[in-house]
Amino acid sequence: MADPSAIALNSVAVSYSGRTLFRDVSLQLAPGSFHFLTGPSGAGKTSLMKLCYGELSPSEGRITVFDQDTSQMDRNAIARLRRRIGVVHQDCRFIDHLSVAENVLLPVTVSQGNVEAARADMADLMSWVGLNALTNHRPPELSGGERQRAALARAVILSPDIILADEPTGNVDWEMSLKILGLLIELNRLGKTVLCATHDMSLIRQAKTRVSARVLRLGNGTVELAGAEL
Amino acid sequence: MSALLALVKGDTSAESVVPRTGFTAILTIACAAAMAFLAVFVLALALSAGRQAADWEASLADTATVRISAPAEMADVQADTVETILSQTPGIGATRRLTDDEQALLLQPWFGSDLPVESLRLPILIDVTLTEGGPDVIGLRQRLSAEAPGAVYDDHGRWRAPMVDAARGLRTLSLIALILIATVTGVTVALAASAAISANGQVIDVLRLVGAEDRYISRAFTRRFTLRTLAGAAVGVVFGLIAVALIPTVAGGGLASAVGFRGAEWIWPALVPFVAAVLAFAATRAAAARRLNEAG
Repeated sequence: MADPSAIALNSVAVSYSGRTLFRDVSLQLAPGSFHFLTGPSGAGKTSLMKLCYGELSPSEGRITVFDQDTSQMDRNAIARLRRRIGVVHQDCRFIDHLSVAENVLLPVTVSQGNVEAARADMADLMSWVGLNALTNHRPPELSGGERQRAALARAVILSPDIILADEPTGNVDWEMSLKILGLLIELNRLGKTVLCATHDMSLIRQAKTRVSARVLRLGNGTVELAGAEL
Repeated sequence: MSALLALVKGDTSAESVVPRTGFTAILTIACAAAMAFLAVFVLALALSAGRQAADWEASLADTATVRISAPAEMADVQADTVETILSQTPGIGATRRLTDDEQALLLQPWFGSDLPVESLRLPILIDVTLTEGGPDVIGLRQRLSAEAPGAVYDDHGRWRAPMVDAARGLRTLSLIALILIATVTGVTVALAASAAISANGQVIDVLRLVGAEDRYISRAFTRRFTLRTLAGAAVGVVFGLIAVALIPTVAGGGLASAVGFRGAEWIWPALVPFVAAVLAFAATRAAAARRLNEAG
């Protein structure tokens, strides 16, 4: 029987320089689900996110994404896998000499997709994230919130099945946090699997009033489902 | 091959992700220009040396000289005898006794133009043109020594061999220099590409994040470095050709008068930019693959 999970971690451990960040972590993200990943700084939220898109390899255990064991994939196969996963980093990671539009189009250009068609749809996409007026600007000219929304636009341009957002509201004010959360919820309603790492419990509480989200708490070297205290 | 076709076709999207500025651009162009300039010189030298070796070998191989040093009263008799023997010897085409004026001309570089030849006791020289295969030298020498004891047959081997060896040695050295130039060009471009890739680590991180495969990332650097090398080498070749054309010609100056290109040889300097571009292509691809593997 096929694994029904979009992402599955089985008994995964991550160690850096002899220090174990977490161990025996098992979790499954069902297609179309919304999960928050929370925990104190240094607990390994970013590392766990990196495991999910193949930027990091586990010290132990097995990770499958779309039923594919990432440990069996070479670098180019991981690259192709990432086209089905939209990633939003806290630091956004743009190519600074390209315009916002060119940055948003990058996933299409690197995958040799139909750039012209994507360019035609750009206005709708940029309007969705509220950056219509800024498409020709360079990333360093954008505010923190604008950068996060541009990163989100880039993450969804290939219509991926999974959205991984690592502290997407880490550098923005509350109003902008709610805007970004709203965009993630919209994507989830379109059937996307969303995993959002955040330490902002207020944001999680706000989200739970609008979407059926599960909260995973990473701490003490393992991960567990957070319960009623939220 | 598909990578080369992709290079020719071009991928502006891949190219645009790497910033155009940076010291590696100047380094690549300047290195390609300098190396191409040197390559043109060395090519000219190698081709000229080869040509000169062939000329010397051909011109001296078909001739010989008989020198007759005999007392004055016997010299003409021995010269007549030698000419008779030569006319009867298979492998000898024609013979011609050098005049006093011709002998004075041969001595002119050492003694000047006002040498009173008639006052000197010079040997009689007979210029011999050989036919294919030449004579039986040992048999001819034995006969000359028996019938004209003052005659010495000289087949120029003593002069010809070291000159031809020297010209061939020069050509070999030139070819080694060409290989070194190609190696230095490849290494320099590879280092420049490697430095550019390292300097653009953030760009590569972003490309990987959005799903770029290694060949896309490699292509972003390869085409640019290949075209820079092609352009730099083309400039270097032009300046190299101008410099070769400006080398002063010396009448009868041997190799010095012959450095340059003739006829179909012009194809070689024209190929230099393309060879440099192929080298740069291979070097950049290898450097990109190495850096991407190191980055994991």
